[in-house]
Amino acid sequence: MQMTMIQALRSAMDVMLARDGNVVVFGQDVGYFGGVFRCTEGLQAKYGSSRVFDAPISEGGIVGAAVGMAAYGLRPVVEIQFADYFYPASDQIVSEAARLRYRSAGDFTAPMTIRMPCGGGIFGGQTHSQSPEALFTHVCGIRTVMPSNPYDAKGLLIACIENDDPVIFLEPKRLYNGPFDGHHDQPVVPWSQHRLGEVPEGHYSVPLESAAVFRPGADLTVLTYGTMVFVSEAAANESGIDAEIIDLRSLWPLDLPTLVASVKKTGRCVVVHEATRSSGFGAELTALVQEHCFYHLEAPIERVTGWDTPYPHAQEWAYFPGPARVAAAFKRAMEA
Amino acid sequence: MSQNQALRLHVPEPTGRPGHETDFSYLHLSRAGEVRRPPVNALPSDTGDLAYTLVRVLDDDGLALGPWAPQVDAQLLQRGLRAMMKTRIYDARMLIAQRQKKISFYMQCLGEEAIATAQALALQPGDMCFPTYRQQGLLLARDDVDMVEMICQLMSNERDPMKGRQLPVMYSYKRAGFFTISGNLATQFIQAVGWAMASAIKGDTKIASAWIGDGATAEADFHTALTFAHVYRAPVILNVVNNQWAISTFQAIAGGEATTFAARGVGCGIASLRVDGNDFLAVYAASQWAAERARSNLGPTLIEWVSYRVGAHSTSDDPSRYRPADDAARFPLGDPIARLKAHLMRLGAWSEQEHDATQKELEAQVGAALKEAERYGSLAAGHMASAAAMFDDVYKDMPAHLRQQREQLLKLSSCK
Repeated sequence: MQMTMIQALRSAMDVMLARDGNVVVFGQDVGYFGGVFRCTEGLQAKYGSSRVFDAPISEGGIVGAAVGMAAYGLRPVVEIQFADYFYPASDQIVSEAARLRYRSAGDFTAPMTIRMPCGGGIFGGQTHSQSPEALFTHVCGIRTVMPSNPYDAKGLLIACIENDDPVIFLEPKRLYNGPFDGHHDQPVVPWSQHRLGEVPEGHYSVPLESAAVFRPGADLTVLTYGTMVFVSEAAANESGIDAEIIDLRSLWPLDLPTLVASVKKTGRCVVVHEATRSSGFGAELTALVQEHCFYHLEAPIERVTGWDTPYPHAQEWAYFPGPARVAAAFKRAMEA
Repeated sequence: MSQNQALRLHVPEPTGRPGHETDFSYLHLSRAGEVRRPPVNALPSDTGDLAYTLVRVLDDDGLALGPWAPQVDAQLLQRGLRAMMKTRIYDARMLIAQRQKKISFYMQCLGEEAIATAQALALQPGDMCFPTYRQQGLLLARDDVDMVEMICQLMSNERDPMKGRQLPVMYSYKRAGFFTISGNLATQFIQAVGWAMASAIKGDTKIASAWIGDGATAEADFHTALTFAHVYRAPVILNVVNNQWAISTFQAIAGGEATTFAARGVGCGIASLRVDGNDFLAVYAASQWAAERARSNLGPTLIEWVSYRVGAHSTSDDPSRYRPADDAARFPLGDPIARLKAHLMRLGAWSEQEHDATQKELEAQVGAALKEAERYGSLAAGHMASAAAMFDDVYKDMPAHLRQQREQLLKLSSCK
């Protein structure tokens, strides 16, 4: 059936709450109210308040309690209202969830999923727009995942909940209601008019560590994820450059063979993300491509990213890497 | 010009520094037997007085007094005394082993033995403790934990259950209800609450026991633990071990000046007790009270254990640089082993001969365990977990990039 990303995420939690009595869902406003983005609407009424419940405004407390629950044997799916607010939970994520299995040599584990709405393009300003994925991909022991469409959102979230490693599940809130290609001056098309808005009602999963070739192409390879998948698609269509767009889906650990195969085929690579540039995840992608595809590269690897500034409010579209900026990088890569 | 006096920053200081005696009057002690014992279903708001007084059972003559005197047989007390002695002997021997460079690092719990051992005996199998690095008594009080294995962890040798990944003393014993120790302070306090919430979610009967020191109460996770424990009525005992010192900082700099750590619990709506941590009977009785509350769905309890860190913070610390050398001898709550020993002797259930014999037996046991552990190698002598094992357990299944890094390392090693 047709689902928005919000409905798809809710469906994933619904499916897992029904299948596994150890799955619990909690976070700020997640229970009775159903989440500020409606992602958990109806779940408390269906599964009861011992399975789906509201939490105090304490990110460290939410993640810390989830680590303890996971150590007990539950499979917590917790929500941080905005990725911009995960910082108070950093210690619990980096020092605890990520290291529990390693430091105890498997004695204790943390099978838990932390959902965080992320990304800009919504006039969210500094603390409702950030893309902190690089702060997670640098942490050994956790998985970082970001879907770009309803089908993947549900399948990946189910895969994350079922996975025995702690997972950071980043949800581009700009894509919650429909795909967004960066053309903010044009009306938003809802997911119901997109092929990837078709989502099965029951259980299925999208494997982790598997990238998707979102748009096959021959001229150059675009390594991207989240909202930038659609921006890159628009850039390809508008520039006439036949870009092969790889939607990473799993940021880390990632699907290296798919990336490498594509770049070896096209000989050119553009990395695109919303997050700030310096030491962003794009730097790791660039390094990997350089290591694995050096003799196939016909041009320097381009990076199109957010600027190295906090996310501004009024200057939203000058900051957000839209299709014009991405297309310009495509041209540079082709001309080099 | 302002009419007001210039403001002054207040920086708390201990009364005692090297060369100056500590004035322990700040402790606000109660007499043994003096403090009331409320029913286990007491409202948190009705425990306010208990957060500012001190639950004590044993008086200076070794008599058990008042409403908190637990109804226990001498056998359990003998077991407790033995567990405390074992812990102290173990610590002393491992301290020497560290000085002999057999292990790289160690932390004693000298003077605090009663707290962990008595609570261990008040808990039930299946309960989960979330200890700091100074609750080795939780393990040593149990007969089902192999001391040799503990020492192998200290030595990071080939039998180290942690495969050499953790600093010495960072034990993990799930089967003995002992959560994996983290170097990051206070993190386990909220995790214990989460574990207790999980037990409640599943309709289980197990409870959690959380541990934190006075200094670490200043960490954010102390506050989150109290809030979550209160909000969800989690079945957890929130133990604050106030040994007066956080490395070199006196407990006043953690926020203990003119207040108590137990009072924080009351402020968060949690039933709270302040207890003589060097009084084995009081520790056992208060732990039982808190465990019964938790097990009866009456919610969490916070207990501040008033004790004193007699030893150095760790083998890397020299306390003579920041506190009086004879501080421990002046600490008004004395020594937990001496006090329980005196009580048992008063009961006619212990003697100097038995004490000496037990001391020798335990020394021999610890010595033998150390010797056996040494047979499995040490960090200094090599024979540790393989370097390739370094890549295991980062994830459940090893991802491609770690397989590649392991191969790189193995290639390098085979070149040598």
